[in-house]
Amino acid sequence: MAHPITPKSSSPVGESKPRIDAREKVTGAALYADDIQFGNKLLYARIKRSPYPHALIKKIDVSRALALPGVKAVVTGQDFPGFIGLYLKDRHIFCRERVRYVGDPVAGVAAINPETAEKAVNLIDVEYEVLEPVFDPEFGASPQAPVLHPELGQYIVASFILPRPGSNISNHFKIRKGDVSSAWQKCSKVIERKYRIPHIQHVPIEPHVAIAKVEESGEATLWDSSQSPFAQRDLIAETLGIPQSKMRVIAPLVGGGFGGKAGVSMESLAVAIASKVRGYPVKLLLTREEEFFTAFVRQGLVATFKMGCDVDGKLLAMQNTFFWDGGAYTEYGVNITRAAGYSCTGPYEVPNVHTDSYCVYTNHPVGGPMRGFGMPEMHSGLEQCIDELAHEIGMDAVEFRRRNCLKGGSILPTGGRMHPTGLSECLEKAAEAIDWGRKAQPSAPNKRRGKGLALMWKAPAMPGNAGSSAWIELAEDGTLTLGVGCQDIGQGAFTVAAQMAAAAFGVPYESVRVATPVDTRYSPYEWQTVASRITWSTGNAIIAAAQDARRQVLNLVARAWGETTDDLDIVNGMVVSFKSEREIPVKDFAVAGLPKPDGNGWMGGPIIGRGNFIPADVTGLDPETGQGEHAVVHFTTGAQAIELEVDLDTGRIEILKGVAAFDVGKAINPELVKAQMEGGLIQGISSALFERLQLKDGVVQNASFVDYRIATSSDLPKSVQSIIVEVPQADGPWGARGIGEHSMVPTLPAIANAIYDAIGIRFEGPPFTAEKIYLAMLDAGIVK
Amino acid sequence: MAFHEISLTVNGSLEQVRVPSNLTLMRLLRESLALTGTKNGCSAGECGACTVLLNGEPVNSCMVLAVECDGAEVITVEGLASDGQLNPVQAAMMQAGGVQCGFCTPGMLISARALLDRNPDPGEDEISEALVGNLCRCTGYIRILESIKEAAKLQATRA
Repeated sequence: MAHPITPKSSSPVGESKPRIDAREKVTGAALYADDIQFGNKLLYARIKRSPYPHALIKKIDVSRALALPGVKAVVTGQDFPGFIGLYLKDRHIFCRERVRYVGDPVAGVAAINPETAEKAVNLIDVEYEVLEPVFDPEFGASPQAPVLHPELGQYIVASFILPRPGSNISNHFKIRKGDVSSAWQKCSKVIERKYRIPHIQHVPIEPHVAIAKVEESGEATLWDSSQSPFAQRDLIAETLGIPQSKMRVIAPLVGGGFGGKAGVSMESLAVAIASKVRGYPVKLLLTREEEFFTAFVRQGLVATFKMGCDVDGKLLAMQNTFFWDGGAYTEYGVNITRAAGYSCTGPYEVPNVHTDSYCVYTNHPVGGPMRGFGMPEMHSGLEQCIDELAHEIGMDAVEFRRRNCLKGGSILPTGGRMHPTGLSECLEKAAEAIDWGRKAQPSAPNKRRGKGLALMWKAPAMPGNAGSSAWIELAEDGTLTLGVGCQDIGQGAFTVAAQMAAAAFGVPYESVRVATPVDTRYSPYEWQTVASRITWSTGNAIIAAAQDARRQVLNLVARAWGETTDDLDIVNGMVVSFKSEREIPVKDFAVAGLPKPDGNGWMGGPIIGRGNFIPADVTGLDPETGQGEHAVVHFTTGAQAIELEVDLDTGRIEILKGVAAFDVGKAINPELVKAQMEGGLIQGISSALFERLQLKDGVVQNASFVDYRIATSSDLPKSVQSIIVEVPQADGPWGARGIGEHSMVPTLPAIANAIYDAIGIRFEGPPFTAEKIYLAMLDAGIVK
Repeated sequence: MAFHEISLTVNGSLEQVRVPSNLTLMRLLRESLALTGTKNGCSAGECGACTVLLNGEPVNSCMVLAVECDGAEVITVEGLASDGQLNPVQAAMMQAGGVQCGFCTPGMLISARALLDRNPDPGEDEISEALVGNLCRCTGYIRILESIKEAAKLQATRA
């Protein structure tokens, strides 16, 4: 393929420029979707939700709700027959015949205030016939389980997702590489382990909110907190039967996403309700409680790993089986299970691989994308097994990883070859920073100290043709306005986009502004802000747009000066000639053009550059073997190491030190890269020590910040170190690849390995709460 | 629903408003006064995103009824800067990289302001304790704590 060419001029790329949005965010001026004022015509929506995990809807009576003064509309599934979903269209906006989780939307109300809407919801009478639920993915995948989606065979599905109609398996991804069965005999040691990773939730501090307005003409506008305005435009329009061009999504700043605001979830409810009260804006704001059980959750995972190595510690075979608890709908989750399948070996070269990754429908909350997209869950068990196997053959765990980890050219589980990667360097640097191999004394007699380390890899999981685009426009004052369709969800996308535009065109960073908010009517297309793909993919589109604008500028000036473009450059907003040493500020002609050389008339005109990017060489994988040349665009790799203490009196774990080293190809903004590493580390620590959705008969028991604890300012390690490794990505802008998600992938297994190092105990799954640790120490006779 | 006439000072301006008994201070600020810098993260007093200064003390404004604020003085994030000059907590939060998605930022800044008003030179433990009621999911708090140390220094040099 013709890879985009990265411009030579690189300033201000690689500099830690201040965030473009920092001032508006510290002054309270930053606008989020719930901050937009809609005046007194605004209606408030509330949702009637299923109290049962699995049931048939026999009858819905909305008459009492409709009769309540102040109620403007009541809708049910009968109003909206279409299916919706990203990779597998397996859900309706409102349930029609069947409910599949506690919280499934059954009806919606729009009323003049939130209190009236809530009252009306309680006046809707629904008769159900309760059905047998499925709560365990292993059982759910078995022929004995009740089938939750009998229509699975009729759903529209992406070509690379492989459902098994007649069962609860909505995707079955297989890797068959080499010959596992004969390889076990050649192994010096083989271990087999089972891990259970519970559901957790993204917990953005900003709850989901969507405000929709449908005009009399049928044109719809949606304002929402969104990572995916363009995907929402596409999917909601299609499901409601309106043309995409008549569906407009305006997405202001996002108060935390972590994947939970990707794809489409509650936003379609707001548009559907608004379509029945035309001309009125209708706001749906999830309560914090709803956020925990009706927004996407991270899928649960039951994973078995079998792996073996020879006497020298060389990995010979892996056989992995993943049962993913996909929840009631797996329209997005199916691709998580695929990603885990093609990444199933972790970042190691393994000649013989046999993997089955099953996405299983259950009557749990809807599983969806969350930071890491299956990788934190999968690596949690895998990276503990790597440690165990190393111990079994008496080899140091870092040495074992050194020998087996992927290098440039290594054969991947899907058959292709690994691109150049700094994984080994990340391993060495993380090990060095944690002082691997030396055991420090505990800080007190009642404490045990331990160290652990884990590696990771992750590719952007997306369709092979996920596209990005950008435009660049120049103003009379010389400012460059950059149009992008990516979203700033806190990661700093707009800042990095501005840096790349500045560097690629030739103006100072301070001269770039980003056209926000993202608005599908005016912003250029972007697939979704997910998969840690923005710096790489949008970055390439920005470079293309900048080069387009440069070409226009340089051609114009070359003509005006009678020179060739080869002798011209744009530096700090000035066109300069290396030949004649003439110079002219871009602003002098960016809008008004230049006089023709003969003085008769004008040439040029307003400068506007455009660019796009699409990955060109991702190939499909064989459905039976999972083999293919180029499964994904690239992998970001890295390592984390943890030092901790276990309190023998309480079981409490204190993380003393956390080290992260990731190969980001090129850090466009090093401090923002480190900020991602820090935030991911703490989110990883939080998921390891505190977090679990407590599900009982399909009901989330801990749907509040009090009962679902996340890390606070008092839970930080004493020391955190973030190390940037830069082995360039051939098709990345300035060599960059993503880092957003990766930083929480190896944290949990690094902690689990450190706990083992401290007290010699492993657990089937997190969270590693003080109570769990203490009881295990009691069982093991470590404490009495 | 009973209504009440109240007056209160918000960021230095006197406001006279008619509020229903069940209206929270958070909703008064966000909806009636359009001061949307104060964020709604949970409406249950658990996340700290709606923290404001009420008569100098940090409170979760979602847990305070507007009618209780008759005669009170309220400072929100919009009231931290004066004459275009950022408050030291704001300037430091920008410089030290304490901002990511920005949704917890207003509450963090108010809690930080309250801390520095109590103690202009707080230690590390005191800082993390002061912010324990303000949840953040992006930053891992590291740069936020750093910002507040910087703010204390900046404030000392300005004084």
